[in-house]
Amino acid sequence: MRTSRRATLTLRILALAYVVGLLAVPILVILYRTLEPGLGTYIDSIRTPAAIAALNLSLLIVAIVVPLNVVFGVVTALALARWRVPGRGLVQAIVDLPFAVSPIVVGVSLIMLWGTSGWFGGLEGSTGVKVIFGLPGMVIATIFVTLPFVVREVEPVLHEIGTEQEQAAATLGASHWQTFWRITLPAIRWGLTYGVVLTVARALGEFGAVIMVSSGFPGVSQTLTLLVHSRYIDDHNTYGAYAAATLLMGLAAATLLLMTVLDRKKGSR
Amino acid sequence: MTTAIQHREDLTVSSSPPARPAGADPAPPGRRLRAPGRALGVGVVGLWLSVIVLLPLAALTVASLEQGLAGSWEAVTSPAALAALRTTLLVSAVVALVNSVMGTLIAWVLVRDHFPGQPIINALIDLPFALPTIVASIVLLSLYGPNSPIGVQLNATRWGLIVALAFVTLPFVVRSVQPVLIELEREVEEAAASLGASASTTFRRVVLPTLAPAIISGTGLAFARAVGEYGSVVLIGGNLPRETQVVSQYIQQQIEIDRPVNAAAVSVALLSVSFLTLFVLRLWGSRSQRRQERTS
Repeated sequence: MRTSRRATLTLRILALAYVVGLLAVPILVILYRTLEPGLGTYIDSIRTPAAIAALNLSLLIVAIVVPLNVVFGVVTALALARWRVPGRGLVQAIVDLPFAVSPIVVGVSLIMLWGTSGWFGGLEGSTGVKVIFGLPGMVIATIFVTLPFVVREVEPVLHEIGTEQEQAAATLGASHWQTFWRITLPAIRWGLTYGVVLTVARALGEFGAVIMVSSGFPGVSQTLTLLVHSRYIDDHNTYGAYAAATLLMGLAAATLLLMTVLDRKKGSR
Repeated sequence: MTTAIQHREDLTVSSSPPARPAGADPAPPGRRLRAPGRALGVGVVGLWLSVIVLLPLAALTVASLEQGLAGSWEAVTSPAALAALRTTLLVSAVVALVNSVMGTLIAWVLVRDHFPGQPIINALIDLPFALPTIVASIVLLSLYGPNSPIGVQLNATRWGLIVALAFVTLPFVVRSVQPVLIELEREVEEAAASLGASASTTFRRVVLPTLAPAIISGTGLAFARAVGEYGSVVLIGGNLPRETQVVSQYIQQQIEIDRPVNAAAVSVALLSVSFLTLFVLRLWGSRSQRRQERTS
């Protein structure tokens, strides 16, 4: 379709204005406002005890969630791609379910299940483990929202590589375990890594589901995203909120970069 | 983050896994996995998915019915809840519409136009998927909030909600239309032009029908996302009841004032809206796919 020079220019300007006004300018403004008072002020703001505690908590949640998602995600992907289990369509739908649920609804659901008056409410009385308003609740909420990533990245790779090599290994006398470690795992490594990167990014950035199940005490149960929120709303510390948000933005940019690199690796495999 | 869209598309368009490459043995070795080992694996998967996903949603549904169907209907149709639902649906519909037009336009410019700095714009499109939602809120407030450097204050207005939701849903339409545009064969357009069709006629009669499934799918996903969104609107929306309070904020408020049954009932209503949207998209997607297969 050949468009006139004027039409081309109009379309270009419209598209650019939208993207620049919605994405680029706000990001530049927040970067400017964060760095304007000087790098020293910025570093002070993200090195307060509450901020360091928040970063540590966010990283702790990531450190718990990622291994769990890797193990259970790979087993689920294997079940979907390799074992002819009955009800696979249903399992597929359940795996995708977290993408369709609002973060707030995730939080409410977890309260109804794990809260003191919920189905598993007796757990707290008998074992003393506080799930809702404690670390376990934040971990479970994060697992809920990140559950699909590893499965959805690994399963297509399993379909794609087929089973010839695995069968050859089995014919040569390899045990299932050996086949998995030597053949299957190396084949899915980039897909798995991609899934892990998506999981880490979402785990660091999750807000709605986590705020519902956290008690939100600064220094104790605040993740980085909750810190941004409480600095803005509770402390009226706009600069502090900008600084913490910029830190999270840096992490997001690093994720994007990693994903671009991994995308190429996946493609060249 | 193209995969994020891919996920969303998986969710709506196809639930069947991609066809296995030719030559792959129809009987995978896993079939020969010792029965106890496989049973253990299946059991683990079932237990994991149940505890993490199914049981919480079941507990939510049961909790919403604690005061009977009439009680939960009353909770959903209370004036404040209805107002929040109305605001959410209205704002999400506007955002979906804006996305369908601007998303297509941006995809078009990214594919058919060439200008310096284009790769940067292309990379920027993915940013809303990578950025935590609360950061999106703060980022927009720095430009459109109090002390706005350009004098535009949108906080605590419905325009603020629309801007925030447009921000987080921008990639959906762009990333679903872009690959279709790249694949689109130019010959048909050139044929139309050589037969005397103007650019706008060619677009309406030739290009748009091909893009329509991708546009609708992206728009639907953007709508479903906007309906449940919380983090990006929590700071800029202002949470004014009957004005800018969206459903997710209403639910959160009901939990805070200790009305869990109301929160659960409205949560179920919100879930139904998203599921319905995605279900219609999936039905529609498979229907248009079948039609395409018939014609090709």
